[in-house]
Amino acid sequence: MLKFLGGRLLSTIPVLFIVAVLVFMMLRLTPGDPAAVLAGDAASTEQIAQIRTSLGLDRSIPEQFFIWFGHVLQGDLGQSYYYKTEVTTLIGQRLEPTLSLALTTITLAVLVAVPLGVLAAWRFGGWLDKGLMAFSVLGFSVPVFVSAYLLIWLVSLQLGWLPVQGYRRIADGLGPWAYHLTLPTITLSLIYIALIARVTRASVLETLGEDYIRTARAKGLHESTVLMRHALANAAVPIVTVIGIGIALLIGGVVVTESVYAIPGLGRLTVDAVLARDFPTIQGVILLFSFVYVAVNLLVDLSYVFFDPRIRY
Amino acid sequence: MTATAPLPEDLSVEAASVVLQPSAWERVRRNLSVRIGGVTMLLLVLLALAAPWLGTVDPSLFDPSSRDLLPGQRGEITTLDGEILKHRFLMGSDSFGRDIYSRVIFGTQVSLIVGLATAAVAMAVGIVLGLMAGFLRWLDGPLMRVMDGLMAIPAILIAIALVAMWRGSLTTVVVAIAIPEIPRVTRLVRSLVLSIREEPYVEAAISLGTPTWLIMARHILPNCVAPLVVQATFLCATGILTEAILSFLGVGLPPDIPTWGNVMAEGRAQFNEYPHNIFFPGIFLAVTVLAVNMLGDGLRDTLDPKMAKRL
Repeated sequence: MLKFLGGRLLSTIPVLFIVAVLVFMMLRLTPGDPAAVLAGDAASTEQIAQIRTSLGLDRSIPEQFFIWFGHVLQGDLGQSYYYKTEVTTLIGQRLEPTLSLALTTITLAVLVAVPLGVLAAWRFGGWLDKGLMAFSVLGFSVPVFVSAYLLIWLVSLQLGWLPVQGYRRIADGLGPWAYHLTLPTITLSLIYIALIARVTRASVLETLGEDYIRTARAKGLHESTVLMRHALANAAVPIVTVIGIGIALLIGGVVVTESVYAIPGLGRLTVDAVLARDFPTIQGVILLFSFVYVAVNLLVDLSYVFFDPRIRY
Repeated sequence: MTATAPLPEDLSVEAASVVLQPSAWERVRRNLSVRIGGVTMLLLVLLALAAPWLGTVDPSLFDPSSRDLLPGQRGEITTLDGEILKHRFLMGSDSFGRDIYSRVIFGTQVSLIVGLATAAVAMAVGIVLGLMAGFLRWLDGPLMRVMDGLMAIPAILIAIALVAMWRGSLTTVVVAIAIPEIPRVTRLVRSLVLSIREEPYVEAAISLGTPTWLIMARHILPNCVAPLVVQATFLCATGILTEAILSFLGVGLPPDIPTWGNVMAEGRAQFNEYPHNIFFPGIFLAVTVLAVNMLGDGLRDTLDPKMAKRL
């Protein structure tokens, strides 16, 4: 087990290294002199030269990469061109809204999608099953910002139940926080529900055909016990896997959702940074998101041991 | 292409049942999902081609006197020659006095081109890389590690960053959307190659001394067609969706090009009073992506039963 854990952890290092190389190259291939941008319009030639030396921009490209990479490893993502502060500070300020949105979305999606998927598989071919399959095709096709505006129009403008946009920090109280986060969470979870419910249904459908399900029913076990303890428990691995893969989808959704609902999170920061051509910030956010994606999928791999005791690494 | 050829009399029952299996094309044509998706796509293509003759005006024309009209209202629009036309704004107008209907219909052209071009670019590069990874052992490891790295970065972020670097134009947007999709195609092609190259007919070709590129073109590629067609359809949907997202966020095609995403981005500020500026392009976008996805689902179910089982 420890050996597997070590091996799996080591295997993420080359991936993260390649991510760093790709992200670095994206920035270095950009036209323009970062030193001049950082120094501002009023800077003298000497000042620009000084900044260039301090950033190592006068060295060769591979040297520059390792200088930059060394800084990243120490948690230094550089200075934002636009905000003129440390990128890590910026990210720290924007972390809470994004984390709130992502966690509430995953929670809601799992709580809704898994039971729906199980029920659809249980009554295979029934109205719930057909409805769920239709919903999942719709969920994949209706873009996040279209469903976002549809929900804003219906829930906020017509019914007046929830605010149109904005975000309140948890520090301002859980009530206002939840009040502002409800609509973005519902919006973002739609596609995730479609994805998870679909895989849950397929996976449970497969286990329902197994011999031990027939045995469990023959023993006279309650149908809910058969579904939850026998069918769902054995269908967990693909479901957990798709939750991990879906993180990429979620990150893309966060960028759009935060823009529509004016939530000052990392997604919003990404779009603002792109519009301002603030490359260190773009780089930092992309690195962070990729790291999260790799880390979550590592956790998913490790969780197989928990969900399927037959897997012994 | 019909499977109902007259049966030879001396054929056994088992053999006859094999002959009477509907061909792949037949199965595709009978699939409901393919039919709905295909017909809708056909209509959209016709709509895009016939855009100038569908009661539209030049989508870049505007008229200050026709600002913020509701759907169906009449107003005026000034052509580039200074001529003033009476025009019925079927989907209303935006805050510049441009005709939403014309912009949405002409936007269909852009979306379809972006979708098809994205799929074509990602498929072309992915197929070449996948064939190389599957056939050249020394390249397999390094290439697939780079692909792993590329896949670890969320697709939309790569697209956004690349467009920011290159500035938005049709070519850069297509390439920026295609690049993060390349690893998926490469992986698919590589896995197909790895399984097909173990087949006896490939071994026979190798032992006959057939050059590698000819084996790839003659024996490997034709056997990859079905899964690749399915993959290309989904890529097309991704391309259309991502372009709309980029334009909507303001980092895609320049605002003067009529795309669904741009129309929606322009409608954001006035959404409370004029929600139709966002809903009309939104409906077109959703219907198009839905149609492509249904086509893809249907093709997957009929052409590639192995893949259909997995999801």
